[in-house]
Amino acid sequence: MRDFALFEPTTIEEASSLLAENGGKATILAGGTDLLVGWKEGIATPKSVVSLAQISGLDSIAYDENTGLSIGGMTKMRAIEQSSTIRNRYTALAEGASEVGSIQIRNLATLGGNICNASPAADTVAALLVFGAQLEIASTYGERTIPIRDFFVGPGESSLQHGEIVTRLVCPPRPDNSGSHYIKQKIREVMDLAFIGVAASVELAHGVVADVKIGLAAVAPTPIRATDAENILKGNSLSESILEQAASAAAEQSSPISDLRCSAEYREDMVRVLTKRTIQASAARI
Amino acid sequence: MKKHLVSFTVNNDQYDLLVEPRKTLLAVLRDSIGLTGTKEGCSTGDCGACTVTVDGKSVTSCLMLAASANGKAIKTIEGLSSGSSLHPLQHAFIDKGGYQCGFCTPGFIMASKAFLEENPNATEAEVRHALGGNICRCTGYTKIIEAVMSAAELMRSARQAR
Ligand SMILES: Cc1cc2nc3c(=O)[nH]c(=O)nc-3n(C[C@H](O)[C@H](O)[C@H](O)COP(=O)(O)OP(=O)(O)OC[C@H]3O[C@@H](n4cnc5c(N)ncnc54)[C@H](O)[C@@H]3O)c2cc1C
Ligand code: FES
Ligand code: FES
Repeated sequence: MRDFALFEPTTIEEASSLLAENGGKATILAGGTDLLVGWKEGIATPKSVVSLAQISGLDSIAYDENTGLSIGGMTKMRAIEQSSTIRNRYTALAEGASEVGSIQIRNLATLGGNICNASPAADTVAALLVFGAQLEIASTYGERTIPIRDFFVGPGESSLQHGEIVTRLVCPPRPDNSGSHYIKQKIREVMDLAFIGVAASVELAHGVVADVKIGLAAVAPTPIRATDAENILKGNSLSESILEQAASAAAEQSSPISDLRCSAEYREDMVRVLTKRTIQASAARI
Repeated sequence: MKKHLVSFTVNNDQYDLLVEPRKTLLAVLRDSIGLTGTKEGCSTGDCGACTVTVDGKSVTSCLMLAASANGKAIKTIEGLSSGSSLHPLQHAFIDKGGYQCGFCTPGFIMASKAFLEENPNATEAEVRHALGGNICRCTGYTKIIEAVMSAAELMRSARQAR
Protein backbone atom coordinates (compact mmCIF):
# COMPACT_ATOMS: atom_id res chain seq x y z
CA MET A 1 0.00 0.00 0.00
CA ARG A 2 1.42 3.39 -1.05
CA ASP A 3 1.71 6.13 1.52
CA PHE A 4 -0.73 9.03 1.56
CA ALA A 5 -1.48 12.14 3.55
CA LEU A 6 -4.14 11.45 6.18
CA PHE A 7 -6.47 14.14 7.48
CA GLU A 8 -8.68 13.64 10.51
CA PRO A 9 -11.08 16.59 10.68
CA THR A 10 -13.44 16.93 13.64
CA THR A 11 -16.31 18.76 11.89
CA ILE A 12 -18.20 18.32 8.62
CA GLU A 13 -17.21 21.87 7.58
CA GLU A 14 -13.53 21.12 8.10
CA ALA A 15 -13.87 17.82 6.22
CA SER A 16 -15.66 19.55 3.33
CA SER A 17 -12.97 22.24 3.02
CA LEU A 18 -10.21 19.63 3.10
CA LEU A 19 -11.94 17.72 0.32
CA ALA A 20 -12.40 20.91 -1.69
CA GLU A 21 -8.77 22.02 -1.19
CA ASN A 22 -7.45 18.66 -2.31
CA GLY A 23 -9.37 18.80 -5.55
CA GLY A 24 -10.16 15.47 -7.19
CA LYS A 25 -7.38 13.69 -5.38
CA ALA A 26 -8.80 13.26 -1.90
CA THR A 27 -10.66 10.13 -0.84
CA ILE A 28 -13.23 9.96 1.95
CA LEU A 29 -12.41 7.19 4.44
CA ALA A 30 -15.15 5.64 6.56
CA GLY A 31 -14.66 2.08 7.89
CA GLY A 32 -12.13 1.29 5.16
CA THR A 33 -13.35 -2.24 4.45
CA ASP A 34 -13.89 -1.56 0.77
CA LEU A 35 -11.13 1.05 0.40
CA LEU A 36 -8.23 -0.76 2.09
CA VAL A 37 -8.79 -3.90 0.03
CA GLY A 38 -8.58 -1.77 -3.14
CA TRP A 39 -5.51 0.15 -1.93
CA LYS A 40 -3.68 -3.06 -1.03
CA GLU A 41 -4.48 -4.57 -4.41
CA GLY A 42 -3.22 -1.40 -6.10
CA ILE A 43 -6.63 -0.75 -7.71
CA ALA A 44 -6.50 2.77 -6.28
CA THR A 45 -3.57 4.78 -4.94
CA PRO A 46 -4.92 7.77 -3.02
CA LYS A 47 -2.72 10.83 -2.44
CA SER A 48 -4.82 12.30 0.33
CA VAL A 49 -7.34 10.63 2.55
CA VAL A 50 -9.92 12.41 4.68
CA SER A 51 -11.16 10.22 7.53
CA LEU A 52 -14.63 10.93 8.92
CA ALA A 53 -13.98 8.95 12.11
CA GLN A 54 -13.23 11.93 14.38
CA ILE A 55 -16.40 13.85 13.51
CA SER A 56 -18.76 13.38 16.44
CA GLY A 57 -22.47 12.65 15.98
CA LEU A 58 -22.08 10.89 12.63
CA ASP A 59 -22.74 7.46 14.09
CA SER A 60 -26.00 7.96 15.96
CA ILE A 61 -29.33 6.19 15.46
CA ALA A 62 -32.48 8.10 16.41
CA TYR A 63 -36.20 7.42 15.93
CA ASP A 64 -39.05 9.89 16.16
CA GLU A 65 -42.70 8.99 15.55
CA ASN A 66 -43.20 12.05 13.35
CA THR A 67 -39.92 12.27 11.46
CA GLY A 68 -38.90 8.61 11.38
CA LEU A 69 -35.51 6.99 11.54
CA SER A 70 -32.29 8.98 11.26
CA ILE A 71 -28.99 7.10 10.96
CA GLY A 72 -25.58 8.77 10.74
CA GLY A 73 -23.47 7.91 7.70
CA MET A 74 -20.70 6.53 9.95
CA THR A 75 -22.96 4.11 11.80
CA LYS A 76 -21.45 0.63 11.90
CA MET A 77 -23.30 -2.34 10.43
CA ARG A 78 -23.05 -4.10 13.79
CA ALA A 79 -24.81 -1.20 15.54
CA ILE A 80 -27.62 -1.25 12.96
CA GLU A 81 -28.05 -4.99 13.30
CA GLN A 82 -28.21 -4.69 17.10
CA SER A 83 -30.47 -1.62 17.32
CA SER A 84 -33.83 -2.68 18.77
CA THR A 85 -35.60 0.22 17.00
CA ILE A 86 -34.29 -0.90 13.63
CA ARG A 87 -34.94 -4.59 14.33
CA ASN A 88 -38.54 -3.88 15.32
CA ARG A 89 -39.57 -1.19 12.88
CA TYR A 90 -37.15 -1.45 9.94
CA THR A 91 -36.52 -5.19 10.17
CA ALA A 92 -35.29 -5.63 6.61
CA LEU A 93 -32.51 -3.06 7.23
CA ALA A 94 -31.32 -4.85 10.39
CA GLU A 95 -31.37 -8.10 8.41
CA GLY A 96 -29.44 -6.53 5.52
CA ALA A 97 -26.79 -5.11 7.85
CA SER A 98 -26.43 -8.47 9.61
CA GLU A 99 -25.62 -10.10 6.25
CA VAL A 100 -22.49 -8.01 5.62
CA GLY A 101 -19.25 -10.04 5.92
CA SER A 102 -18.40 -11.22 9.44
CA ILE A 103 -18.84 -9.64 12.88
CA GLN A 104 -15.24 -8.35 12.58
CA ILE A 105 -16.12 -6.66 9.26
CA ARG A 106 -19.43 -5.30 10.62
CA ASN A 107 -17.60 -3.68 13.54
CA LEU A 108 -15.67 -1.62 10.95
CA ALA A 109 -18.04 -1.29 7.97
CA THR A 110 -20.38 1.71 7.89
CA LEU A 111 -23.77 2.32 6.31
CA GLY A 112 -22.44 5.34 4.38
CA GLY A 113 -19.64 3.20 2.94
CA ASN A 114 -22.02 0.42 1.92
CA ILE A 115 -24.13 2.91 -0.05
CA CYS A 116 -21.37 5.11 -1.47
CA ASN A 117 -19.39 2.13 -2.72
CA ALA A 118 -22.43 1.74 -5.01
CA SER A 119 -22.15 -2.01 -5.47
CA PRO A 120 -25.39 -3.38 -6.97
CA ALA A 121 -25.03 -6.25 -4.45
CA ALA A 122 -24.65 -4.12 -1.30
CA ASP A 123 -26.70 -5.75 1.43
CA THR A 124 -28.38 -2.66 2.91
CA VAL A 125 -29.61 -0.97 -0.25
CA ALA A 126 -32.63 -3.14 -1.09
CA ALA A 127 -34.02 -2.37 2.39
CA LEU A 128 -33.19 1.34 2.14
CA LEU A 129 -35.06 1.43 -1.19
CA VAL A 130 -38.22 -0.05 0.31
CA PHE A 131 -38.05 2.29 3.30
CA GLY A 132 -37.75 5.29 0.99
CA ALA A 133 -34.49 6.51 2.55
CA GLN A 134 -33.43 10.10 1.90
CA LEU A 135 -29.70 10.80 1.82
CA GLU A 136 -28.50 14.01 3.45
CA ILE A 137 -25.38 15.21 1.70
CA ALA A 138 -22.97 17.99 2.73
CA SER A 139 -20.21 19.80 0.85
CA THR A 140 -18.66 23.26 0.65
CA TYR A 141 -21.60 24.13 -1.64
CA GLY A 142 -24.03 23.50 1.19
CA GLU A 143 -26.46 20.69 1.83
CA ARG A 144 -28.78 18.69 -0.38
CA THR A 145 -31.10 15.76 0.12
CA ILE A 146 -31.81 13.09 -2.46
CA PRO A 147 -33.92 9.93 -2.40
CA ILE A 148 -31.84 6.77 -2.50
CA ARG A 149 -33.72 5.77 -5.66
CA ASP A 150 -31.95 8.56 -7.55
CA PHE A 151 -28.56 7.91 -6.00
CA PHE A 152 -27.26 4.96 -8.02
CA VAL A 153 -26.07 5.49 -11.59
CA GLY A 154 -24.34 2.21 -12.48
CA PRO A 155 -22.16 -0.50 -10.96
CA GLY A 156 -19.77 1.34 -8.61
CA GLU A 157 -21.18 4.68 -9.71
CA SER A 158 -23.38 7.06 -7.78
CA SER A 159 -24.57 10.61 -8.29
CA LEU A 160 -22.29 11.77 -5.46
CA GLN A 161 -20.09 14.64 -6.64
CA HIS A 162 -16.48 14.91 -5.58
CA GLY A 163 -16.19 16.31 -2.06
CA GLU A 164 -19.73 15.43 -1.05
CA ILE A 165 -20.23 13.62 2.24
CA VAL A 166 -23.26 11.50 3.08
CA THR A 167 -23.94 12.68 6.61
CA ARG A 168 -27.26 11.01 7.44
CA LEU A 169 -30.00 8.76 6.11
CA VAL A 170 -33.58 9.44 7.01
CA CYS A 171 -36.40 6.91 6.57
CA PRO A 172 -40.04 7.98 7.04
CA PRO A 173 -41.94 6.61 10.07
CA ARG A 174 -43.38 3.10 9.78
CA PRO A 175 -47.11 2.47 10.05
CA ASP A 176 -48.06 -0.02 12.80
CA ASN A 177 -49.71 -2.53 10.49
CA SER A 178 -46.58 -3.11 8.42
CA GLY A 179 -43.77 -5.62 8.24
CA SER A 180 -40.57 -6.06 6.24
CA HIS A 181 -38.02 -8.69 5.37
CA TYR A 182 -34.73 -9.11 3.44
CA ILE A 183 -33.54 -12.32 1.82
CA LYS A 184 -29.98 -12.72 0.57
CA GLN A 185 -29.41 -15.55 -1.86
CA LYS A 186 -25.92 -16.94 -1.31
CA ILE A 187 -23.95 -20.19 -1.11
CA ARG A 188 -22.08 -19.80 2.18
CA GLU A 189 -24.07 -18.96 5.27
CA VAL A 190 -21.75 -16.03 6.03
CA MET A 191 -18.98 -14.18 4.17
CA ASP A 192 -20.52 -14.40 0.74
CA LEU A 193 -21.74 -11.67 -1.57
CA ALA A 194 -25.41 -11.69 -2.59
CA PHE A 195 -26.29 -13.51 -5.84
CA ILE A 196 -29.61 -11.79 -5.39
CA GLY A 197 -30.98 -9.62 -2.61
CA VAL A 198 -34.71 -9.01 -2.19
CA ALA A 199 -36.29 -6.71 0.38
CA ALA A 200 -40.00 -6.05 0.83
CA SER A 201 -42.13 -3.92 3.06
CA VAL A 202 -45.87 -4.64 3.25
CA GLU A 203 -48.62 -2.59 4.85
CA LEU A 204 -52.02 -4.27 5.24
CA ALA A 205 -55.39 -2.68 6.00
CA HIS A 206 -58.49 -4.87 6.41
CA GLY A 207 -56.77 -7.77 4.71
CA VAL A 208 -55.70 -5.92 1.57
CA VAL A 209 -52.36 -4.44 0.64
CA ALA A 210 -52.50 -0.73 1.50
CA ASP A 211 -48.89 -0.21 0.46
CA VAL A 212 -45.98 -2.35 -0.66
CA LYS A 213 -42.41 -1.73 -1.74
CA ILE A 214 -40.01 -4.24 -3.23
CA GLY A 215 -36.27 -3.66 -3.59
CA LEU A 216 -33.98 -5.85 -5.70
CA ALA A 217 -30.18 -6.04 -5.42
CA ALA A 218 -27.58 -7.70 -7.66
CA VAL A 219 -30.02 -8.29 -10.53
CA ALA A 220 -29.55 -5.04 -12.49
CA PRO A 221 -26.71 -2.51 -12.99
CA THR A 222 -28.04 -0.66 -9.93
CA PRO A 223 -30.31 -1.69 -7.08
CA ILE A 224 -33.91 -1.22 -8.29
CA ARG A 225 -37.53 -1.10 -7.10
CA ALA A 226 -39.88 -3.70 -8.62
CA THR A 227 -42.62 -1.14 -9.24
CA ASP A 228 -44.69 -3.30 -11.64
CA ALA A 229 -44.99 -5.96 -8.97
CA GLU A 230 -45.89 -3.34 -6.37
CA ASN A 231 -48.74 -2.05 -8.55
CA ILE A 232 -50.15 -5.55 -9.03
CA LEU A 233 -50.24 -6.11 -5.28
CA LYS A 234 -51.69 -2.77 -4.17
CA GLY A 235 -55.37 -2.92 -3.21
CA ASN A 236 -55.47 -6.72 -3.40
CA SER A 237 -55.37 -9.45 -0.81
CA LEU A 238 -52.25 -11.60 -0.83
CA SER A 239 -53.79 -14.55 -2.68
CA GLU A 240 -51.63 -17.19 -4.31
CA SER A 241 -52.46 -16.01 -7.82
CA ILE A 242 -51.79 -12.32 -7.10
CA LEU A 243 -48.49 -13.24 -5.43
CA GLU A 244 -47.49 -15.32 -8.46
CA GLN A 245 -48.38 -12.50 -10.85
CA ALA A 246 -46.43 -9.96 -8.84
CA ALA A 247 -43.42 -12.26 -8.46
CA SER A 248 -43.29 -12.80 -12.24
CA ALA A 249 -43.53 -9.05 -12.81
CA ALA A 250 -40.55 -8.52 -10.47
CA ALA A 251 -38.53 -11.11 -12.40
CA GLU A 252 -39.55 -9.36 -15.62
CA GLN A 253 -38.29 -6.02 -14.30
CA SER A 254 -34.87 -7.42 -13.37
CA SER A 255 -32.06 -7.48 -15.93
CA PRO A 256 -29.45 -9.76 -14.42
CA ILE A 257 -26.14 -10.84 -15.92
CA SER A 258 -24.48 -14.24 -16.01
CA ASP A 259 -21.19 -14.42 -14.13
CA LEU A 260 -18.99 -16.94 -12.34
CA ARG A 261 -21.50 -17.22 -9.53
CA CYS A 262 -24.65 -18.07 -11.50
CA SER A 263 -26.49 -17.56 -14.79
CA ALA A 264 -28.87 -14.73 -15.69
CA GLU A 265 -31.70 -17.26 -16.14
CA TYR A 266 -31.16 -18.61 -12.63
CA ARG A 267 -31.09 -15.11 -11.18
CA GLU A 268 -34.28 -14.11 -12.94
CA ASP A 269 -36.12 -17.22 -11.82
CA MET A 270 -34.87 -16.76 -8.26
CA VAL A 271 -36.12 -13.16 -8.24
CA ARG A 272 -39.58 -14.63 -8.83
CA VAL A 273 -39.21 -17.23 -6.06
CA LEU A 274 -37.67 -14.85 -3.53
CA THR A 275 -40.04 -11.94 -4.20
CA LYS A 276 -42.98 -14.17 -3.28
CA ARG A 277 -41.19 -15.49 -0.20
CA THR A 278 -40.10 -12.03 0.96
CA ILE A 279 -43.62 -10.60 0.66
CA GLN A 280 -45.13 -13.54 2.54
CA ALA A 281 -42.54 -13.22 5.30
CA SER A 282 -43.07 -9.43 5.54
CA ALA A 283 -46.85 -9.89 5.84
CA ALA A 284 -46.39 -12.63 8.45
CA ARG A 285 -44.55 -10.08 10.64
CA ILE A 286 -47.53 -7.73 10.91
CA MET B 1 4.41 11.69 4.20
CA LYS B 2 3.70 13.21 7.56
CA LYS B 3 3.66 10.63 10.31
CA HIS B 4 0.85 10.66 12.83
CA LEU B 5 1.19 10.50 16.57
CA VAL B 6 -1.00 7.64 17.66
CA SER B 7 -1.69 6.89 21.33
CA PHE B 8 -3.48 3.76 22.41
CA THR B 9 -3.26 0.98 24.93
CA VAL B 10 -2.46 -2.57 23.94
CA ASN B 11 -3.23 -5.13 26.65
CA ASN B 12 -3.35 -2.20 29.13
CA ASP B 13 0.14 -0.90 28.22
CA GLN B 14 0.26 2.65 26.90
CA TYR B 15 1.90 3.24 23.51
CA ASP B 16 2.63 6.60 21.85
CA LEU B 17 3.93 5.95 18.37
CA LEU B 18 4.69 7.91 15.22
CA VAL B 19 3.14 5.94 12.38
CA GLU B 20 2.89 6.33 8.63
CA PRO B 21 -0.77 6.81 7.68
CA ARG B 22 -0.75 3.72 5.45
CA LYS B 23 0.23 1.36 8.28
CA THR B 24 -2.54 -0.97 9.37
CA LEU B 25 -3.15 -1.73 13.02
CA LEU B 26 -1.97 -5.27 12.25
CA ALA B 27 1.37 -4.04 10.88
CA VAL B 28 1.95 -1.77 13.87
CA LEU B 29 1.10 -4.49 16.40
CA ARG B 30 3.43 -6.98 14.75
CA ASP B 31 6.28 -4.88 13.38
CA SER B 32 6.49 -1.80 15.61
CA ILE B 33 5.34 -3.25 18.93
CA GLY B 34 6.57 -6.79 18.34
CA LEU B 35 3.37 -8.58 19.31
CA THR B 36 3.42 -11.31 16.69
CA GLY B 37 0.66 -13.45 18.20
CA THR B 38 -1.81 -11.71 15.89
CA LYS B 39 -1.41 -13.31 12.45
CA GLU B 40 -1.68 -12.09 8.88
CA GLY B 41 -3.42 -14.58 6.60
CA CYS B 42 -5.20 -12.96 3.68
CA SER B 43 -4.81 -9.24 4.55
CA THR B 44 -8.18 -8.59 2.88
CA GLY B 45 -10.65 -9.25 5.70
CA ASP B 46 -11.56 -12.77 4.67
CA CYS B 47 -9.75 -15.11 7.09
CA GLY B 48 -9.99 -13.57 10.57
CA ALA B 49 -6.41 -14.53 11.57
CA CYS B 50 -5.70 -10.88 12.39
CA THR B 51 -8.68 -10.49 14.76
CA VAL B 52 -8.06 -8.28 17.81
CA THR B 53 -10.52 -6.34 19.93
CA VAL B 54 -10.75 -2.56 19.84
CA ASP B 55 -12.76 -1.14 22.76
CA GLY B 56 -14.08 -4.67 23.29
CA LYS B 57 -15.27 -5.18 19.70
CA SER B 58 -13.64 -7.71 17.41
CA VAL B 59 -12.17 -6.32 14.19
CA THR B 60 -9.96 -7.54 11.36
CA SER B 61 -6.83 -5.50 12.17
CA CYS B 62 -5.59 -5.88 8.57
CA LEU B 63 -8.38 -3.54 7.39
CA MET B 64 -8.00 -0.86 10.06
CA LEU B 65 -5.45 1.93 9.85
CA ALA B 66 -3.34 2.20 12.99
CA ALA B 67 -4.12 5.93 12.96
CA SER B 68 -7.82 5.08 13.31
CA ALA B 69 -7.05 3.27 16.58
CA ASN B 70 -5.93 6.51 18.24
CA GLY B 71 -7.31 6.75 21.78
CA LYS B 72 -8.64 3.20 21.79
CA ALA B 73 -8.04 0.17 24.01
CA ILE B 74 -6.73 -2.78 22.05
CA LYS B 75 -6.52 -6.38 23.22
CA THR B 76 -4.48 -9.06 21.49
CA ILE B 77 -3.96 -12.75 22.22
CA GLU B 78 -0.89 -11.83 24.31
CA GLY B 79 -3.09 -9.97 26.79
CA LEU B 80 -5.44 -12.84 27.53
CA SER B 81 -3.70 -14.76 30.31
CA SER B 82 -3.04 -13.15 33.65
CA GLY B 83 0.48 -14.16 34.59
CA SER B 84 0.70 -17.91 34.22
CA SER B 85 -3.04 -18.39 34.59
CA LEU B 86 -4.69 -18.97 31.23
CA HIS B 87 -8.02 -17.56 30.02
CA PRO B 88 -10.83 -20.20 29.86
CA LEU B 89 -10.69 -20.02 26.04
CA GLN B 90 -6.97 -20.84 26.09
CA HIS B 91 -7.61 -23.74 28.49
CA ALA B 92 -10.44 -25.07 26.38
CA PHE B 93 -8.47 -24.90 23.10
CA ILE B 94 -5.71 -26.97 24.75
CA ASP B 95 -8.07 -29.44 26.43
CA LYS B 96 -10.24 -30.04 23.37
CA GLY B 97 -7.43 -29.93 20.82
CA GLY B 98 -8.92 -26.90 19.10
CA TYR B 99 -5.87 -26.32 16.90
CA GLN B 100 -3.28 -28.09 14.78
CA CYS B 101 -0.74 -25.66 13.30
CA GLY B 102 -2.17 -22.89 15.49
CA PHE B 103 -2.02 -20.12 12.89
CA CYS B 104 -5.74 -19.37 13.07
CA THR B 105 -5.99 -19.84 16.85
CA PRO B 106 -5.32 -16.27 18.07
CA GLY B 107 -7.98 -14.98 15.69
CA PHE B 108 -10.52 -17.64 16.70
CA ILE B 109 -9.86 -16.98 20.39
CA MET B 110 -10.16 -13.18 20.13
CA ALA B 111 -13.33 -13.41 18.01
CA SER B 112 -14.83 -15.93 20.45
CA LYS B 113 -13.89 -13.81 23.46
CA ALA B 114 -15.70 -10.74 22.14
CA PHE B 115 -18.72 -12.78 21.10
CA LEU B 116 -19.05 -14.76 24.35
CA GLU B 117 -18.69 -11.65 26.47
CA GLU B 118 -21.72 -10.22 24.63
CA ASN B 119 -23.56 -13.56 24.41
CA PRO B 120 -22.60 -15.73 27.40
CA ASN B 121 -25.39 -18.24 26.73
CA ALA B 122 -24.85 -18.57 22.98
CA THR B 123 -25.96 -21.83 21.36
CA GLU B 124 -23.64 -23.90 19.21
CA ALA B 125 -25.44 -22.68 16.07
CA GLU B 126 -24.94 -19.07 17.14
CA VAL B 127 -21.26 -19.66 17.86
CA ARG B 128 -20.74 -21.30 14.46
CA HIS B 129 -22.44 -18.35 12.78
CA ALA B 130 -20.46 -15.80 14.79
CA LEU B 131 -17.16 -17.43 13.82
CA GLY B 132 -18.01 -17.44 10.11
CA GLY B 133 -15.30 -14.83 9.49
CA ASN B 134 -12.53 -17.09 10.81
CA ILE B 135 -10.97 -19.70 8.57
CA CYS B 136 -8.97 -22.74 9.68
CA ARG B 137 -7.17 -24.77 7.05
CA CYS B 138 -6.30 -27.65 9.43
CA THR B 139 -8.89 -28.75 11.95
CA GLY B 140 -12.22 -29.08 10.18
CA TYR B 141 -13.75 -26.79 12.87
CA THR B 142 -15.35 -29.53 15.02
CA LYS B 143 -12.72 -29.29 17.75
CA ILE B 144 -12.68 -25.50 17.59
CA ILE B 145 -16.43 -25.34 18.20
CA GLU B 146 -16.15 -27.89 21.01
CA ALA B 147 -13.45 -25.75 22.59
CA VAL B 148 -15.49 -22.54 22.35
CA MET B 149 -18.61 -24.21 23.79
CA SER B 150 -16.59 -25.62 26.65
CA ALA B 151 -14.96 -22.23 27.27
CA ALA B 152 -18.40 -20.61 27.34
CA GLU B 153 -19.34 -22.95 30.16
CA LEU B 154 -16.10 -22.19 32.04
CA MET B 155 -16.70 -18.47 31.59
CA ARG B 156 -20.27 -18.79 32.90
CA SER B 157 -19.16 -20.63 36.05
CA ALA B 158 -16.31 -18.17 36.62
CA ARG B 159 -18.89 -15.39 36.41
CA GLN B 160 -21.18 -17.14 38.90
CA ALA B 161 -18.32 -17.75 41.31
CA ARG B 162 -17.62 -14.00 41.42
C1 LIG C 1 -14.25 -9.60 3.80
C2 LIG C 1 -15.31 -8.65 3.34
C3 LIG C 1 -16.63 -9.10 3.22
C4 LIG C 1 -17.63 -8.22 2.80
N1 LIG C 1 -18.90 -8.70 2.69
C5 LIG C 1 -19.89 -7.88 2.29
C6 LIG C 1 -21.24 -8.35 2.20
O1 LIG C 1 -21.53 -9.50 2.50
N2 LIG C 1 -22.20 -7.48 1.80
C7 LIG C 1 -21.92 -6.18 1.49
O2 LIG C 1 -22.84 -5.43 1.16
N3 LIG C 1 -20.64 -5.70 1.55
C8 LIG C 1 -19.64 -6.52 1.94
N4 LIG C 1 -18.35 -6.06 2.01
C9 LIG C 1 -18.06 -4.69 1.55
C10 LIG C 1 -17.96 -3.62 2.64
O3 LIG C 1 -17.67 -4.17 3.90
C11 LIG C 1 -19.22 -2.78 2.75
O4 LIG C 1 -19.56 -2.23 1.51
C12 LIG C 1 -19.06 -1.67 3.81
O5 LIG C 1 -20.32 -1.26 4.25
C13 LIG C 1 -18.28 -0.47 3.32
O6 LIG C 1 -18.25 0.49 4.36
P1 LIG C 1 -16.88 1.15 4.88
O7 LIG C 1 -17.26 2.07 5.97
O8 LIG C 1 -15.90 0.12 5.21
O9 LIG C 1 -16.47 1.94 3.56
P2 LIG C 1 -15.08 2.52 3.05
O10 LIG C 1 -14.23 1.43 2.53
O11 LIG C 1 -14.48 3.42 4.07
O12 LIG C 1 -15.63 3.41 1.84
C14 LIG C 1 -16.30 2.84 0.72
C15 LIG C 1 -16.57 3.94 -0.32
O13 LIG C 1 -17.55 4.86 0.10
C16 LIG C 1 -17.04 6.19 0.22
N5 LIG C 1 -17.65 6.72 1.44
C17 LIG C 1 -17.71 6.08 2.64
N6 LIG C 1 -18.44 6.78 3.51
C18 LIG C 1 -18.85 7.91 2.86
C19 LIG C 1 -19.66 9.01 3.25
N7 LIG C 1 -20.22 9.09 4.48
N8 LIG C 1 -19.89 9.99 2.34
C20 LIG C 1 -19.37 9.90 1.09
N9 LIG C 1 -18.59 8.86 0.66
C21 LIG C 1 -18.35 7.86 1.54
C22 LIG C 1 -15.54 6.02 0.27
O14 LIG C 1 -14.88 7.16 -0.24
C23 LIG C 1 -15.35 4.81 -0.63
O15 LIG C 1 -15.40 5.17 -1.97
C24 LIG C 1 -17.31 -6.90 2.45
C25 LIG C 1 -16.00 -6.45 2.58
C26 LIG C 1 -15.00 -7.30 3.02
C27 LIG C 1 -13.60 -6.81 3.15
S1 FES D 1 -5.42 -11.20 7.63
FE1 FES D 1 -7.01 -9.94 8.26
S2 FES D 1 -8.73 -11.13 7.77
FE2 FES D 1 -7.15 -12.31 6.93
S1 FES E 1 -4.99 -24.90 13.15
FE1 FES E 1 -3.93 -24.56 11.31
S2 FES E 1 -5.14 -23.03 10.38
FE2 FES E 1 -6.32 -23.59 12.05
